[in-house]
Amino acid sequence: MNKKIGVYICHCGGNISDYVDVEKVRQSVEKDEGVFLSKTTMFACADSNQQEMVDDIKAQDLDGIVVASCSPKLHLVTFRAVAERAGLNKYNYVHANIREQVSWAHSDNKPGATEKAIQIVKSAIAKARNAETLEPVKVESVKAVAVIGAGVAGMRAAIELAEAGSEVFLVEREFFVGGRVSQWDELCITPETGKELVTRLYDEVMKHKHVTLFTGAELSEQTGSVGNFSLKVKITPRHFKLQCAEGSLQKAIEVCPVEVPDEFNFNITTRKAIYHNYPSEYPQLPAIDMKNCTRCGECEKVCSSIDFSQKEEAINLKVGSILLATGFDPYEPKQGEFGYGEIDDVVTLPQFKRIVHYCKDKLTYKGKEVKNIAYIYCVGSRQVDGENKYCSRYCCTSNIHTAITVKKKYKNIHNFHFNRGIRTYGKAEVWYEESSRLGDIYLQSFEHDPPVVERREGQTFVKIKDLLTSNKELEVAADLVVLVTGMVPRKDNSIGSLLKIPKGRDKFFNEIHMKLRPVETVIDGVTIAGASQGPKNIMESMNSALAAATKSFSLVASGELALEPTVAKVDRAACTWCGKCAEACPFNAIDMVGGNGNSVAHVNSSVCKGCGMCLPVCPENALELIGLSDVDMENMIDALIPTA
Amino acid sequence: MNVGKVNNGPKILVFSTEKISDPAIDMAGLLKLHYPPTVYTIPVPCSSAIKPRWILHALEQGFDGVFIAADGTDCPYGESCTEKTGVIVGTTQQLMREKGIDPARLKMAAICSVCSEPFVKHVKSFTEYLSKPSN
Repeated sequence: MNKKIGVYICHCGGNISDYVDVEKVRQSVEKDEGVFLSKTTMFACADSNQQEMVDDIKAQDLDGIVVASCSPKLHLVTFRAVAERAGLNKYNYVHANIREQVSWAHSDNKPGATEKAIQIVKSAIAKARNAETLEPVKVESVKAVAVIGAGVAGMRAAIELAEAGSEVFLVEREFFVGGRVSQWDELCITPETGKELVTRLYDEVMKHKHVTLFTGAELSEQTGSVGNFSLKVKITPRHFKLQCAEGSLQKAIEVCPVEVPDEFNFNITTRKAIYHNYPSEYPQLPAIDMKNCTRCGECEKVCSSIDFSQKEEAINLKVGSILLATGFDPYEPKQGEFGYGEIDDVVTLPQFKRIVHYCKDKLTYKGKEVKNIAYIYCVGSRQVDGENKYCSRYCCTSNIHTAITVKKKYKNIHNFHFNRGIRTYGKAEVWYEESSRLGDIYLQSFEHDPPVVERREGQTFVKIKDLLTSNKELEVAADLVVLVTGMVPRKDNSIGSLLKIPKGRDKFFNEIHMKLRPVETVIDGVTIAGASQGPKNIMESMNSALAAATKSFSLVASGELALEPTVAKVDRAACTWCGKCAEACPFNAIDMVGGNGNSVAHVNSSVCKGCGMCLPVCPENALELIGLSDVDMENMIDALIPTA
Repeated sequence: MNVGKVNNGPKILVFSTEKISDPAIDMAGLLKLHYPPTVYTIPVPCSSAIKPRWILHALEQGFDGVFIAADGTDCPYGESCTEKTGVIVGTTQQLMREKGIDPARLKMAAICSVCSEPFVKHVKSFTEYLSKPSN
């Protein structure tokens, strides 16, 4: 039994101490059995406090440690490492969660939160008193990572993982790689186009023999856990055998009678059922959209590469980690939102970028020349009454960059920016400056008084009470209104449900901690990157992709993972071998040993996963989990009951 | 009913699961979805690992109710979890009857890793049930 326990109660800045009286908690536990020292600390995770804990353990010869702070998902590993640095076995450390499950959950009831925190810390101390010195269980980890999404973040992560030495399965739902960036022309800061960037990454991906790319592929099943995930990937055929002979693809497209809105161009153009989004797109093999194909057979007559006999396939993959880089969707304004869907001259920024792509010398839309352009910012972002409270980060910069491009590409363009405060942060500020220098007009309003778009006498007008001119009511006759739309999570985010990835208040995938563990999820072994996690520009997506790749690689690098030593153990004196535990074990980790009336159960600790399913089925109560014995559990339960 | 210093409501012990339901309970805090501070959580690896004697011990020592935030079909250890946890609940409720304890003081619901709102709803309604004078 540990009798020299150190207890540290964290303020977490104020995240805990704003709602929990941490000094009262300390006083309430300082005289508990086994407690040798008790302290409060502003940030338990700070380097200085960690060093203080190391010094305390060494100087006072402490044999147990309790830190009452945030969720163990965040800092259990941190404080176990503190124990190890001080020469104490890390399983003598016990974590008490008084932030997520106390101060935040009960921020409406401070005395109640304090009382609950006291009992939780007492319970952790009770567990620490009985803590044992243990060694982790080592299991094999498959040295392969599945990267889901072959946009710029996914491809960058795949390259990094392959270079580090991992096998990589790059799984893309669409038939072509590049994601949203392939829809963009010249990018901001450097003049490189989105397509060029995608090509550069694709070339690098293809160079690595350890990267296998699947397109038209979707994850359909997942079992297993960190180190050993089994995935089933469903692959939709392209219905093309080989690269088409010169000219035959074009002929096949021409004869195809199907015409559907082209999603790549945000429905401002149409495409055929046989398609590729742009000529140099990768992989350079077209695809047939079978949802819209009528199977008329005209294309087969002119192109011998078309093969309708190809069937959907399912392949099984084994990986040690999964990296999600599934990107975002642009916000789709609601019918009538700033005239969208009701007034012809209203488009979104992604649509506008495609219009600019197709207009060579003169900017036209629906046959009409465009000179006066009104941009309305923060559409679908920073919503006061809507769901999207967040700023989408990229849109101010992207729009101003597009407005400058338009002004330089065409003659007589007048840009009017109806904004709520421009956020061209960091290096992008130079574009704001250039746009102002080029004569763009900026008009500003508060969120409760947005600009109004109206149509009268055959003309579209945008009206605003402009803050920058003392609330003067100003009006612009616009040839085109561009709604500067932000980022929203993918409409079809079923992969998140399949892998059970938590979503944040913004509905994007949620990391464990935005600063301390920014690419990990609560699902061990699953990391997130790019805009699947929240709005990001390309540079930020690349940063997160590299971070996620590094984290995923750390789980598969050595081919072995150290897991919790929480495995089952048998009390041989109590066991009478009825076999129920072996039946209950999903991993066949239990077998019979002995004989001649002395048979007992034996747990193979290298196979046991520590689930504990064998525990409650034993009629003799002869099974326990190491580190979670009956004594541990009953002590913890007893300590949760207030004595006064 | 055990009466604490401040928290006078019925005390509920939640058995959460480390990988599935405990993250959901953490997220309830993150989202400031308030629930009574008389709800205490002890995480276990899997809801199929909960021994009936632990549940009985909690009820006999002063907890008014026990709530199993089960893995359900999301259990990382296998598909049999739902059925096994159900058996544990059934066995324990039988033992509770034998001891004269209302079996409704033990509840179970599947709480997935993002089921913060259902968790809060469950513990609030369980608190309400346990607060009724007849219970």
